[in-house]
Amino acid sequence: MADTKPARLDVRKTYKLFIGGGFPRSESGRSYVVHDTEGGFLANAALASRKDVRDAVVAARKAFPGWSGRTPYNRGQIVYRVAEMLEGRRAQFADEVARGEGLATGDAEAAVDASIDRLVWYAGWADKVAQVVGSSNPVAGPYFDFSVPEPTGVVAVVAPQESSLLGLVSVLAPVIVSGNTAVVLASEARPLPAITFTEVLATSDLPGGVVNVLTGRIAEVAPWLASHMDVNAIDLTGVRDADTARELELAAAENLKRVRRPDPGDEPDWTADQGTARLTWPLETKTVWHPIGI
Amino acid sequence: MAFEYAPAPESRAIVDLKSSYGVFIDGEFVDTADGHTFKSISPATEEVLAEITEAGPADVDRAVAAARRAYDDTWSTMPGAERAKYLYRIARIVQERSRELAVLESLDNGKPIRESRDVDLPLVAAHLFYYAGWADKLEYAGLGPDPRPHGVAAQVIPWNFPMLMLAWKIAPALAAGNTVVLKPAETTSLTALAFAEICRQADLPPGVVNIVTGAGDTGRALVEHPGVDKVAFTGSTEVGKAIARAVAGTAKKVTLELGGKAANIIFDDAPLDQAVEGIINGIFFNQGHVCCAGSRLLVQESVYDDVLTSLKRRMATLRVGDPLDKNTDIGAINSAEQLAKIRTLSDIGEAEGAERWSPPCELPDRGYWFRPTIFTGVSQAHRIAREEIFGPVLSILTFRTPAEAVEKANNTPYGLSAGVWTDKGSRILWTANQLKAGVVWANTFNRFDPTSPFGGYKESGYGREGGKHGLAAYLKGGEN
Amino acid sequence: MTATLPAAGVDGATESPSALRRFLHGLPGVDQVGAEARAATLATRSIKTTAKAWAIDRAISMIDLTTLEGQDTPGKVRALCSKAVRPDPADPDCPRVAAICVYPDRVPIAKQALGDSGVRVASVATAFPSGRSTLDIKLADTRAAVDAGADEIDMVIDRGAFLAGDYQKVYDEIAAVEQASGRAHLKVILETGELATYDNVRRASWLAMLAGADFIKTSTGKVQPAATLPVTLVMLEAVRDFRDATGRQVGVKPAGGIRTTKDAIRNLVLVNEIAGDDWLTPEWFRIGASSLLNDLLMQRTKLTTGRYSGPDYFTLD
Repeated sequence: MADTKPARLDVRKTYKLFIGGGFPRSESGRSYVVHDTEGGFLANAALASRKDVRDAVVAARKAFPGWSGRTPYNRGQIVYRVAEMLEGRRAQFADEVARGEGLATGDAEAAVDASIDRLVWYAGWADKVAQVVGSSNPVAGPYFDFSVPEPTGVVAVVAPQESSLLGLVSVLAPVIVSGNTAVVLASEARPLPAITFTEVLATSDLPGGVVNVLTGRIAEVAPWLASHMDVNAIDLTGVRDADTARELELAAAENLKRVRRPDPGDEPDWTADQGTARLTWPLETKTVWHPIGI
Repeated sequence: MAFEYAPAPESRAIVDLKSSYGVFIDGEFVDTADGHTFKSISPATEEVLAEITEAGPADVDRAVAAARRAYDDTWSTMPGAERAKYLYRIARIVQERSRELAVLESLDNGKPIRESRDVDLPLVAAHLFYYAGWADKLEYAGLGPDPRPHGVAAQVIPWNFPMLMLAWKIAPALAAGNTVVLKPAETTSLTALAFAEICRQADLPPGVVNIVTGAGDTGRALVEHPGVDKVAFTGSTEVGKAIARAVAGTAKKVTLELGGKAANIIFDDAPLDQAVEGIINGIFFNQGHVCCAGSRLLVQESVYDDVLTSLKRRMATLRVGDPLDKNTDIGAINSAEQLAKIRTLSDIGEAEGAERWSPPCELPDRGYWFRPTIFTGVSQAHRIAREEIFGPVLSILTFRTPAEAVEKANNTPYGLSAGVWTDKGSRILWTANQLKAGVVWANTFNRFDPTSPFGGYKESGYGREGGKHGLAAYLKGGEN
Repeated sequence: MTATLPAAGVDGATESPSALRRFLHGLPGVDQVGAEARAATLATRSIKTTAKAWAIDRAISMIDLTTLEGQDTPGKVRALCSKAVRPDPADPDCPRVAAICVYPDRVPIAKQALGDSGVRVASVATAFPSGRSTLDIKLADTRAAVDAGADEIDMVIDRGAFLAGDYQKVYDEIAAVEQASGRAHLKVILETGELATYDNVRRASWLAMLAGADFIKTSTGKVQPAATLPVTLVMLEAVRDFRDATGRQVGVKPAGGIRTTKDAIRNLVLVNEIAGDDWLTPEWFRIGASSLLNDLLMQRTKLTTGRYSGPDYFTLD
């Protein structure tokens, strides 16, 4: 209609990477087009390169001593804070998940709600996992002997491909809540909620570098993560191709990374009870002995 | 006149060696289908002890099939309480035959009889007893109401603690309800074969435990066998990586207990006499053939001279020689190959400028021997400070502050164990927190117990053996 | 505080009560479990045949044959002296013991009975075994024993003062008794069973050596535990380190609870592997015992005859 004001041109977001608490573009200067499930244009996402992997791992390693050295209570509070921040932006995420995954609004809202609740669930684990998987060991001698779980270090995560937010939260939260730092490769086709999620992380008192998020191709990025000698573990949940998963596991053997293989069959049902498996796989057990005497 | 200890040899008569051994499959000793034989020698005398079978792929195939049958037909359906009683029975037989087994171990491995008698065999029985008790209590292991075993476990063990490593592997596997095919190291098959006899004495159902002897090819065939559900390996990091590659893309679960280059940290307020004992025990126990050996000594500079003086004085009292002599502290190096490796790395240490010292001690004419040796003036850059020597060779470095000690201790791709010596409790806990190592011994070293989880960080492998954690490695859902 | 370690020397350690305290508390700690494990490992040494024969004879020659009872009569003391000189009347090659150990008032009897046999007379003193008396009484006690001919004085330390942290009092008393002992050798009994920790055993050992002890001795024999292997191990480490630090050698005497040949040989193994050869003589190592001697004699006879012997074949005293 002629007398209406022209529609306001919206300001689009530039989706960048999340490394060391900052939002750089890919050092390669590349990007790729992200489509919705109907094939329409959603946005350009940064196309991460091996050098972005390098930078992300450096950032994750640098953040590890501080993050793992915090009290579990503090880590739990921060992960809970992430949930709070996500709750505050619930509508935005519902919209983005709906567009990215082609979900009805109600389903997308349910996914966001479940993501928030999952963060709360894992937040509470921070100061309990050691009591569940640690032990006092009754050795046959005058020694005090105990075993405690510790974070393994820098964990690479290939995020689920289909569930772009709930899946991501479900694999990432259990990794970091115990003190690991993470380099995440977001869903290749649905990376946008992951990048928006980094805005939540960046405003949640989470120290820079604890979570680093890359967007790009599994085939290009994941091998550099799998072969990186300063990465301690890799979660291949998002790798749905068996040959690729095998190649990545082969590469991971070079420094004996702890490997979480893809679940058999389809992508896991992220709405199901998660149990403790994703919490415990990137943990080491440290056993300490000391004599008891006078 | 000095107090010279007269020879005090343990009698060999207790051991009844056969001239040759087949493989143990489905409850029977059988001849190889497609393998060869090789000679097992005593490293202390180079005498041939027996002919051992080098199992071929067909033997491995038969063994895995037997284990599968036993798993399906008997072991996985048997009530846990019954499995427990078999394990208790086996533990008791090990105790009854412990002196014989200790002598056999010392003969075959070269380790001092004092160690096989007082450390290895008691721990073997303890492991069997400990895990026997778990067999009917799996639902209390924290893995849900009805945790299930994996199935057939392939287990490959090293030559440094032949029977103890066998017990570490077989006890939790059987308790959890798996059946096993175990391959001992090629230089130390005899106690595993004796264990096979014990399984027969215990009337263990055929196929629950199978022993295939042989070297690397046999181990590879076993690990790569498609009928295997779970792989457990103790040995070198190099082979560990090969196994990790071999199982890539399969559904096989793996635990790896690999090499180490442990730092043993001595702070200036340490109980020094016990610290020196800890250093000695850390590196010379079992000829240094210990994955968790304290092979890198980190001494605070302010006590360096005192520690070095005390250490040398103590080393001069070590008795090297006949493994069967009850007073021997350090026995024979397990093989000519290992001796060559120790010599090579020690020569490299000298060539790189480290100062080498050994106490004067006479070595026997025959057999494989290496004097207890220390290197001073070693830096992190020396190969002897980075590579696992797996022999009685200690690299000594210094540090100035606790942070520097920890930084140096962690500056290695390995992460199996570490030692810390100080009388200050808070410093112990701080240091233990900082160390990237699966086992931290504070004011002690090289202590082992079936209830105590053992295993490494980083390239020292993954998974834990011992305790509830070691049990979980043999149950579904507990592998991580 | 730099003098935390034995090898760092003992300069200034006794200049003042506070210096003495700092020195003793600066000694490296002793981890109980580690020390006991080390002693237990050494106890597994297997001493056979020629080594055993040597050790038995050496142990006999190191014995301070002891009777410290209210009922000690002249006859009992004389009988013990004759046993000391000829432990095995059937074998003239059997060595004599090092010394007889008695109360001060029995010294003249022992002295007369032993004559020029070479067996020395040791006398306990200083209000043995409790040590709870005044210094002048303790010194008088010491002088009485020396005047009666004692070659060696076995004094007790004031454990009450030690446990109260009054190291200077303990030091001064040892030094005074050392003066009063004149030419007699001074053995200082720490009564380790009352000191409770190995840290205290180590401190008391150094305190006694700094004050002039010729020997440090574990126990009176009236308190349990007495001469355990780990206690003797810690004391042997102390004399070893003290010689390194000062150049002066001090002897060690475990006493109380050493009853069998196996016990005695384990002690010799400790000496051999902790302090070394230099201490393996009666001049530097003694074993305070009474019933031990007959067990050594029985084992000695077993070695020479190939038969197990019985108590009827050895004299009671």
